Amino acid sequence: MDKAKSLVDKKGASGPFHVNNVQSPRGLNGLVVVAANGSCSTSNALGLSTGPGSSSSSSSSSTFEMHHLHRGEEKDCNGSPAKRSRLRRRTESVKRNRPPFPWFGMDIGGTLVKLVYFEPVDITAEEEQEEVENLKSIRRYLTSNVAYGKTGVRDVHLELRNLTMCGRTGNLHFIRFPTQAMPRFIQMGRDKNFSSLHTTLCATGGGAYKFENDFRTMADLELLKLDELDCLIRGLLFIDRVGFNGHPECYYFQNPSDPQSCVKKPCNLDNHFPMLLVNIGSGVSILAVYSENNYKRVTGTSLGGGTFLGLCCLLTGCETFEEALEMASKGDSTNVDKLVKDIYGGDYERFGLQGSAVASSFGHMMCKEKRDSIRKEDLARATLITITNNIGSIARMCAVNEKIERVVFVGNFLRINTVSTKLLAYAMDFWSKGQLRALFLEHEGYFGAVGALTELLKTSEDL
Amino acid sequence: MAECGRVDSNTSSHTMDKSITLPPDEIFRNMENAKRFAIDIGGSLTKLAYYSTVQHKVAKVRSFDHSTKEAAGDKLYEIAVQEEVTARLHFIKFENAYIETCLDFIKDHLVNTETKVIKATGGGAHKFKELIERKLGLKVDKEDEMTCLIKGCNFVLKNIPHEAFVYAKHADSEFRFQTTNPDIFPYLLVNIGSGVSIVKVESEDKFERIGGSSIGGGTFWGLGALLTKTKRFDELLQLASKGQHSSVDMLVKDIYGGSYACLGLTGDLIASSFGKSATADKEFSNEDMAKSLLHMISNDIGQLACLYAKLHNLSRVYFGGFFIRGHPVTMHTITYSINFFTKGEVQALFLRHEGYLGAIGAFLKGAEEDNPNQYSWGENYAGSSGLMSVSPDMNPMQRARSGTFDMLEMDRLDRQLVNLPLLQDPSSYIPDTVDLTEDAQAREYWLYCFEEALDGVVKRAVASQPDIPEAAERAEKFRQKYLHKLQTLRHQPFAYGSLTVRSLLDTREHCLNEFNFPDPYSKIKERENDIALKYYQKAVKSLEELSWEDRQFALVRGVLAGNVFDWGAKAVSDHFSIKLIFTFCFSSDRPWLVDSFDQWLERLKGPPHRCALFFVDNSGVDIILGVIPFVRELLSRGTEVVLASNSGPALNDVTNSELQILTERIAAMDPVIDSALREDRLTLVQNGSSSPCLDLSRLDKVLAMLVRERQTDLVIIEGMGRAIHTNYYAMLSCESLKMAVIKNSWLADRLGGKLFSVVFKYEVPAGKSH
Repeated sequence: MDKAKSLVDKKGASGPFHVNNVQSPRGLNGLVVVAANGSCSTSNALGLSTGPGSSSSSSSSSTFEMHHLHRGEEKDCNGSPAKRSRLRRRTESVKRNRPPFPWFGMDIGGTLVKLVYFEPVDITAEEEQEEVENLKSIRRYLTSNVAYGKTGVRDVHLELRNLTMCGRTGNLHFIRFPTQAMPRFIQMGRDKNFSSLHTTLCATGGGAYKFENDFRTMADLELLKLDELDCLIRGLLFIDRVGFNGHPECYYFQNPSDPQSCVKKPCNLDNHFPMLLVNIGSGVSILAVYSENNYKRVTGTSLGGGTFLGLCCLLTGCETFEEALEMASKGDSTNVDKLVKDIYGGDYERFGLQGSAVASSFGHMMCKEKRDSIRKEDLARATLITITNNIGSIARMCAVNEKIERVVFVGNFLRINTVSTKLLAYAMDFWSKGQLRALFLEHEGYFGAVGALTELLKTSEDL
Repeated sequence: MAECGRVDSNTSSHTMDKSITLPPDEIFRNMENAKRFAIDIGGSLTKLAYYSTVQHKVAKVRSFDHSTKEAAGDKLYEIAVQEEVTARLHFIKFENAYIETCLDFIKDHLVNTETKVIKATGGGAHKFKELIERKLGLKVDKEDEMTCLIKGCNFVLKNIPHEAFVYAKHADSEFRFQTTNPDIFPYLLVNIGSGVSIVKVESEDKFERIGGSSIGGGTFWGLGALLTKTKRFDELLQLASKGQHSSVDMLVKDIYGGSYACLGLTGDLIASSFGKSATADKEFSNEDMAKSLLHMISNDIGQLACLYAKLHNLSRVYFGGFFIRGHPVTMHTITYSINFFTKGEVQALFLRHEGYLGAIGAFLKGAEEDNPNQYSWGENYAGSSGLMSVSPDMNPMQRARSGTFDMLEMDRLDRQLVNLPLLQDPSSYIPDTVDLTEDAQAREYWLYCFEEALDGVVKRAVASQPDIPEAAERAEKFRQKYLHKLQTLRHQPFAYGSLTVRSLLDTREHCLNEFNFPDPYSKIKERENDIALKYYQKAVKSLEELSWEDRQFALVRGVLAGNVFDWGAKAVSDHFSIKLIFTFCFSSDRPWLVDSFDQWLERLKGPPHRCALFFVDNSGVDIILGVIPFVRELLSRGTEVVLASNSGPALNDVTNSELQILTERIAAMDPVIDSALREDRLTLVQNGSSSPCLDLSRLDKVLAMLVRERQTDLVIIEGMGRAIHTNYYAMLSCESLKMAVIKNSWLADRLGGKLFSVVFKYEVPAGKSH
């Protein structure tokens, strides 16, 4: 577990994407906040290094430890005029068909919980003053940290800045933590009296059903359960529409068949439909999407991200996705897999199979001698290649069967996983002889959560 | 795909010594005459195929020369036992460990040196190339694996009834055999070796690898060995059969807390294979991991197979390769997966002789000049060891075999066999009335019945060769062999495809032939024929004296009464002696158990049939006093008649050559028959079979041609074997008449009647009336 934490810490504190991206939203947020209420925000604006995320190494194992942050602040803003104006604001918000803050969208998957949080940056001084303390503390806690507890992470590089939603301007934050930490998260909701905020907690993913009762009984919170595939598509279309801070959300690989000249290229998903949407989470769902509201689940496979990580853990003793990918990046799968040329000495021309094609995944591991001398990195690589190729193969068949040419791959399996994205791009291109194109999206695994959030704001006309 | 190391070795393998001596009587039969070889060497099993000739005795009947007829005394015809040479294909499967011993044996017994080449296929072929060439002095000629596989597959699908089966673990019978569809193309073959190849087969020579996957048997083995530290494939399967995958896999209910109802995904569905091992901080048992792996791979292959089947619009999908090779646990998971992904639209089919496909195909490649595809072949039940289970632990019913050798023999049939053109739907035609594989109660009875009758059969066999002293010894060998087959079938009813009364009878005939009892009933048949002939004129005369309507009834009764005198049926030999021939009168008054005589009579008042095809049964009274008078009446009405009788002997059934002589003799007494024969209005044909039963999907091509030419509009099937055990439910596109007396009390009871109940079933296909 220590290893896991250190990785999270590393990503949070000194990850390559972190420095630039964190500065600007923080600065933006800080400005607004300072203008509104200087005294209130200073401690948090600099709270990055001392936030609970990084400090938690010495404390408990909880994911969310907001209590450290705002203990003692609560009494200050509890005057009755403030209460009255708060009530007024809430009424106003509802009148404008705008749900009260905080705005969350949550997607509780098999392995990861994805949380998107809209941080309003257009808060007036009045609002700031009226903001209830626990709402404020949530905002500060989430926005001033990049890591929460041992396993919660904010993907700072994905943050969407100056986004307008429901007439409000703000930043959209992308946070994830393991589903295993869900009980602790609910516990926190209770401790912080989250239910008093009267917000609607929009949740999707299987966990919305699985944990519904826990939310109700433990935290007095009622979930608005949403279908995960509906949310996925809605979220994807939303993000694609608003773009990624001025850049396209979508990208593809140019020259996928040539490792030397294969480059990532941004593109617009302008003509969306039809598309085959392949969502690779713990398992895989494959959807044929014809319009925002017209789609079908074509099939799915249980060989997904969970399988990659699960097998890697068993085979190599690693504990995290990052660790598994790190190993895979250093491995050579041809020591593990039996290739066509291992069997036929070259290409199997009769069937047009290249010598370099994998004939049998893990095929070399039938031999004891080879098992005994194999490196963990090679095993991790082979696992990654096996799972990725298989998903590519099924996706391709579905695309052909459904007569769809664009295949969009999403899901957290693709996070920091260029080995897989490039391989999928190659597989689609090669096996379809250029007929199919693989497309990817920057916000990989967050569309379900975004979709849940848009559902919360759905009633608003200016969404 | 090549395999490394052992693949599906038997459990006894590690105790086997390479220098073990082979029991030559049983293995490599007829090696002295072996002409052509092919070998398929897989990762652990070698399959050897050779073509050989078999000399065996056949009983021939020959009419005495007319001029010397008087001199021949009271003999009706001459029965001569002759040596006949027929072609037989031998396939032997053994572990690679035996290969050297086997090659030595072959070398020692190979007299025929004309052969210069041995066709070879399989991943191990190159490994043993040098050894084979050195030992046998034959040049190894390598053939493409997939081509051989497909050729072999086509061959077994066309020639072996009940080759393909559906596996249903929890059904009454695990194996549901498919009827032989004459039109085997197109189909999908999913070959699961180390990897997976998905091949679309469109015709004999046209096939295409349309896809594949690297996740196959090698993945199960390799990954399984890494995860569980278990070395052998079989052991991995055994682990898997004991495990619980739900402790390793993340199920839908693990994510949802229940089912994902709006998508119709049940809670027990696997959402993420090995998903729990990514998060749960605990140890997993080897059994559970092996099971999870098996599910993962089977599901994946099933899914891909379905996607390809859908894309190419194919509904027949056969699975083979070492991952399958008869392992119940993999057949089950593949079947489950296919059912899930196609919602039951596509069935996973497996093949009984799947392990031999490569060897058969390689052999066929080498034998193209002999053109084996122009013949029909039949499985020799006596020489084949039947479907085996490679995983004895999972199937405790494993029977003792000769070491780890498994054999398949196929006889080249003299005639090419085709469908009866009058079958309403050839693809759904099932000859057998009761599938004993599914009907446990019936199975128990019939196996008991055949075992009990064995003594009598042995006695009869010995008695048929009174002048040959070693007949008793051979008869005893026959008894042992057949008894052994019965025991095998008791434990593995599915060993030779669907177990039926027909297959039990045929197996007995094959075993009798094996030990040179080609026709134990020949003398009895002759005697009965002789006696019956003496009564022929009297019988015809008495029939002619009856009024038309009375005569029609008497003719039917005559066929039925004649059919009672069947020395093959146990109850009959218990109850009757030949003296009762004319004193026996029908105990069962009408209405019979099945009685459509009135409809038949009405029909006879109408216009005559153009041509009637009559499948005859027994010799003696049955054919001479029952069938011929009935046929005579049809001829008199202006109906042409085709008499179809057995090509070879079976019990006391009249054979085509016997019938030739009998009709000649009758023609000499009866001008009606005489002129009909001369004018070709009465034709004798052989049915292509030597079985007491009748498979209308495997009939002599000449018969089928004749049926078409004559525009046959009536099919008559007579006797228990042909009209009750088989064809009782057969649907024909023309009028049909099925006549039999139930000479078995158990069966009578089953059908709701008594012993000697009469079945008279006249059917007119819907929408057709004269």
